[in-house]
Amino acid sequence: MAPRTPLLAMIDTKGWIFLGVLLAVCLIVPLFNLAVPPGSPLHVPTYVVSLLGKYLCYALLALSLDLVWGYGGILSLGHGAFFGLGGYAMGMYLMRQIGPRGVYGHPVLPDFMVFLNYKELPWYWLGFDFFPFAALMVLLVPGLLGFLFGWLAFRSRVTGVYLSIITQAMTYALMLAFFRNDMGLGGNNGLTDFKDILDFNVQAQGVRVTLFVLTAVALALGYLIARFMTVSAYGKILVAIRDAEPRTRFLGYRPHHYKALAFTVSAMMAGVAGALYVPQVGIINPSEFTPTNSIEAVIWVAVGGRGTLVGAALGAVLINYAKTLLTGAMPEAWLFALGALFVLVTLFLPQGIVGTLIARLGDRKARIAARLPPEPDIPPRLLEEGRGS
Amino acid sequence: MIRLLVYLLLALAFAGPVRAQSPADAAYTRLASDSYAEIEASIVGLAASGDPRTAPVIQALAEGRLFYRPADKALFVKQGDAVTDARTGVPAPATEGLKPVRANNKVRRALDSALGTLNLLAPDPGKRREAAEAVFKARDATVLPALEAALSRETDAGVKRTLQEARAAVVLAKPGSTEADRLAAVATIQGRADGDAMGILRALSADPSAAVQAAAAKGVAAIETRLALIAGASNVWYGISLGSVLLLAAIGLAITFGVMGIINMAHGEMVMLGAYTTFLVQEAIRAHAPGLFEFSLAIAIPAAFLVGGGVGVGIERLVIRHLYGRPLETLLATFGISLILQQTVRSIFGPTNREVGAPQFMTGAFDLFGLSITWGRFWIVVFALAVFFGLMFVLRRTSFGLKTRAVTQNRRMAAAMGIRTPWVDALTFGLGSGIAGIAGVALSQIDNVSPNLGQGYIIDSFLVVVFGGVGSLWGTLVAALSIGVANKFLEPYAGAVLAKILLLVFIILFIQKRPRGLFALKGRSVEA
Amino acid sequence: MSKTGWRSWGAAALIAGGLAAGPARAQETIKIGVLHSLSGTMAISETTLKDAMLMLIDEQNRRGGVLGKKLEAVVVDPASNWPLFAEKARELIAKDKVSAVFGCWTSVSRKSVLPVFKELDSLLFYPVQYEGEESERNVFYTGAAPNQQAIPAVDYLIKEENVQRWVLEGTDYVYPRTTNKILEAYLKSKGVKPEDISINYTPFGQSDWQTRVAAIKSFGSAGKKTAVVSTINGDANVPFYKELANQGIKAIDIPVVAFSVGEEELAGIDTKPLVGHLAAWNYFQSIETPENKAFIDKWRAFTKNAKRVTNDPMEAHYVGFNMWVKAVEKAGSAEPGKVIAALPGIKQPNLTGGVSEMLANHHITKPVFIGEIKDNGQFDVVFKTEELIPGEAWSKQLDGSKDLEADWVKLNCGNYNTKTKKCGGA
Repeated sequence: MAPRTPLLAMIDTKGWIFLGVLLAVCLIVPLFNLAVPPGSPLHVPTYVVSLLGKYLCYALLALSLDLVWGYGGILSLGHGAFFGLGGYAMGMYLMRQIGPRGVYGHPVLPDFMVFLNYKELPWYWLGFDFFPFAALMVLLVPGLLGFLFGWLAFRSRVTGVYLSIITQAMTYALMLAFFRNDMGLGGNNGLTDFKDILDFNVQAQGVRVTLFVLTAVALALGYLIARFMTVSAYGKILVAIRDAEPRTRFLGYRPHHYKALAFTVSAMMAGVAGALYVPQVGIINPSEFTPTNSIEAVIWVAVGGRGTLVGAALGAVLINYAKTLLTGAMPEAWLFALGALFVLVTLFLPQGIVGTLIARLGDRKARIAARLPPEPDIPPRLLEEGRGS
Repeated sequence: MIRLLVYLLLALAFAGPVRAQSPADAAYTRLASDSYAEIEASIVGLAASGDPRTAPVIQALAEGRLFYRPADKALFVKQGDAVTDARTGVPAPATEGLKPVRANNKVRRALDSALGTLNLLAPDPGKRREAAEAVFKARDATVLPALEAALSRETDAGVKRTLQEARAAVVLAKPGSTEADRLAAVATIQGRADGDAMGILRALSADPSAAVQAAAAKGVAAIETRLALIAGASNVWYGISLGSVLLLAAIGLAITFGVMGIINMAHGEMVMLGAYTTFLVQEAIRAHAPGLFEFSLAIAIPAAFLVGGGVGVGIERLVIRHLYGRPLETLLATFGISLILQQTVRSIFGPTNREVGAPQFMTGAFDLFGLSITWGRFWIVVFALAVFFGLMFVLRRTSFGLKTRAVTQNRRMAAAMGIRTPWVDALTFGLGSGIAGIAGVALSQIDNVSPNLGQGYIIDSFLVVVFGGVGSLWGTLVAALSIGVANKFLEPYAGAVLAKILLLVFIILFIQKRPRGLFALKGRSVEA
Repeated sequence: MSKTGWRSWGAAALIAGGLAAGPARAQETIKIGVLHSLSGTMAISETTLKDAMLMLIDEQNRRGGVLGKKLEAVVVDPASNWPLFAEKARELIAKDKVSAVFGCWTSVSRKSVLPVFKELDSLLFYPVQYEGEESERNVFYTGAAPNQQAIPAVDYLIKEENVQRWVLEGTDYVYPRTTNKILEAYLKSKGVKPEDISINYTPFGQSDWQTRVAAIKSFGSAGKKTAVVSTINGDANVPFYKELANQGIKAIDIPVVAFSVGEEELAGIDTKPLVGHLAAWNYFQSIETPENKAFIDKWRAFTKNAKRVTNDPMEAHYVGFNMWVKAVEKAGSAEPGKVIAALPGIKQPNLTGGVSEMLANHHITKPVFIGEIKDNGQFDVVFKTEELIPGEAWSKQLDGSKDLEADWVKLNCGNYNTKTKKCGGA
């Protein structure tokens, strides 16, 4: 074990700013939503609360991705899969909460099962009416998949683009599977029309605000866990693996243990993000598994600043805010703006927003720390014939 | 039946020397009707007349060239700009307000059958064969005398066989034929050994004669065995054909991603641009030189290469050249570019599908030992292989290929040897993009030409390149074909979705076993 | 780093400036939300509907608007992303304060926005044929329910083409699943044997149809007249029809009747090899009525494209929008609650010569047409129902729903059980 870092000392300036902003948002948004009357210019409408909650869920997803990409050099193009699995676990709980209030009025079965002639609940739906079980599954299902996938892939030393593409294949396969109506998870329509969460109406203003605050707390916790992991001795080895995996291996470490742990924790974080996302947007459906969604998450991280944690969260919030604005303000041309944004950020802010800020404003030590890690893997620039020798 | 007889009489009367105001005019007039039953009856009557003058009229109706004047129900045949009176064949002055004679499936079936009867004695053997096929399908007992006459005169062996099959089908469909005739017919039909034959034999399971029933059952069993073999062979062919589509989609990526190391998310959009180029070329040809339509794809190939390649060079010069050495960031930039390209095309051409037509040589199918192979798919397979080997040749046997390999293997050394590396980079990226563009020409023949075209291929393309081994062109070829064939073998058992899921899981597991794909590159440079 | 420094800040400022620019909106108008995807996979179908809405609103404004106020369209792009649909719906209702929303295409997008409309008690017009099994206070379904499309089509094939063997081919989602379930029950009630029905589902965007088309071909060679009932979704249709044509399946041998293929979809295919295949809709562009001709002319003038086609969901929006205008005038207010109450019973001439009526179950009456594909990409109507058929929210063919009834006027309930006499399903 490395020397113990006191818990508070491990948070750096940008971390404090981040936590401070989160806390402020946690206080201001509920206050201005609940206490200020709707007519007032200071009033925060409830839909904004849900919208912010959604951004924070994406921020947590981005944070989980930054943990493996920024520090472990694992570019996952399939993190949406963990997000979606967590979301489905929560969605199944919410479906069970509907009880006999579906349109067909069946006491147990959700509407889509009545309609597809299910006689009883499939076995994998059992237990999801019990919140602690569902909450456990939110962590366990993505965690287990992340562990299995990571363990196998890292042990076989699958790296770089090969790893990226098979993570993409994983989420793509899940997407196809969840689209099947025979999966018993609602097919293309997914799970929707939720009524209650823990016997509170999901659409009530108070519940929405609570969910928002919970998301902010989860994001703060996620940040602390990720920060703790990355500044600890474990984190240093993880970074070493990122920068020179064979060398670290020759020093006697087992890279796949370290990488699999990071991947598992990251998958669980993404699962939690998905679980908090579902009650706030009101639907979970297989399109969460589409590879493009996962690629977008990678882009949030890159825009915010890879390997900074705070940057990943900031990137997610900014880009999704831009999307909300642009799809309303310039519905015909917003893709131009978004596309141009990605190109410009890559060209002019290669370290992302937070990375660039640190490089310009931070002290020397921070500048060195923020220096871009080398690419974890450069695909062989070789042709068939150029082999050998 | 009585109605039919009346028409027959009417038609016969028409065939006679009486011209003006013959009762047959009624049969013609009925063509100008709103009721499909009337039109159908009229065709049956005209066909049975045996009058040679009815043939061009029926032919014109089948080709949608028969029109009527609503005012007096006079019929006209249009041939290009020329209009002739259908009854007399005399050129008529161009008239306004002509309406086409309507046709639905029933009418078209009657037309096919009528044309079949009329063309049984046509001079062209191809036409006779078509006619015999039409009679085979229609199974109209009234044609039997005409069939016998045609059979006795037929000299071409192939056409003769088809005629015999047609006669057998008619015999089996006719209620009063003798058991011996029916048994012989069953044998003839069994010799045909295809789906249609099986359909006819299966329908005999309710035949009054037990002997015919047994013979038909035996025939069905024999055909089933043969069809099962053919089904296996077709699976291989479908697989190769799917594989060639994957190969086409992936081969450009094998250059930009495989050779140059750029995670090119805009690759699919290059394919889309190629498809839209095909659309534009065809539009231009339709507008200015309709005669060249058969060559539209041949013209589109270089055009799509130039468009894809040009856009590719532009992207490389403007964006990607700043990103060498940072391949993961190329993902971000090219993703942005793909959004922009999609939206650009959507703004210019609209979000809906555009029609890309198929030239004659791409349509229809041919028969290979009972295996029906569609020409379109066949040419796509040929085209994919041609592109593949062409690219191999460029990279291995030309000076440009030599420079490309030199630059991608050791940039500094290559520069020291006097190679202008920036140009080689730009041209290599342009080559990959250009090939994606010509893939778009082929894909426009089988898929939607819409702004989303590229999105459908990008994931599969990356999988193919990675499965085959990044940087290995042979790997891309083998990966594309094996994924295609495996998919098509799984599909009948598992369904399209499960087959794909199983394949994805297999590829994930395979990469665990061989972390560098099928054709892994050896050497130190691999361990980055 | 310093070299690129100023550039990076410039870029950042540019981006921030772009984000901050918000639209300025006029006062004293009635706002109408248009919630159709303009990008992503559904843009291909939905963009047309957005344009159609803009045209209808524009036309109404030229007639002086509604209640003396001009109408204002608020267009957003939910980008074929289902959670984004819910978000945009909330934005339209809560932020832009629209009086009604016209939008959605897929069932999942409707399901996604449904809780939002219920919570904020607003008004949605849904213009696409769908699977039924739904009736909500806040939604008005101007597209066809299954009984207004599928069953008349099958009846036609049985009667006119003497079909005895059926392939029900669909994309794997809720609309084909429901339609095929209803059709299977219906066909069996007509005496079709189970072995003469083949049901198959393919994924979205299926582009390789070789195996399926070959399977259809062999299913069709059993000596009985065979037909395909296709509920294949949007962009999978073009490759499907191209494969049909290539493998030489002609309409005179095995006709295909489709419920999701209209003029718009055919605009992307060379239809010569497809002549004779069928589609069932409640509107075809080729139907000759003065209203339809005027509508097509206006549409072409509005889009400045003399070849632009019209289709069935556009007509649904035309009917729905005009019903909304009449209801607003009847209620004397554009407030959703009052308009919802005023809508049932409103009559509006449709484009095919009939008069559609909004029913108490929030569906409308529609004629059913069966058209054969012509070589110019249009349809030739070969059959039409004598009368307009009322839309049924709950299918009589399905066990779960045959006892349910929707009536928002007398019962104020979307799923009243006629057996237990209670609102709320079972």
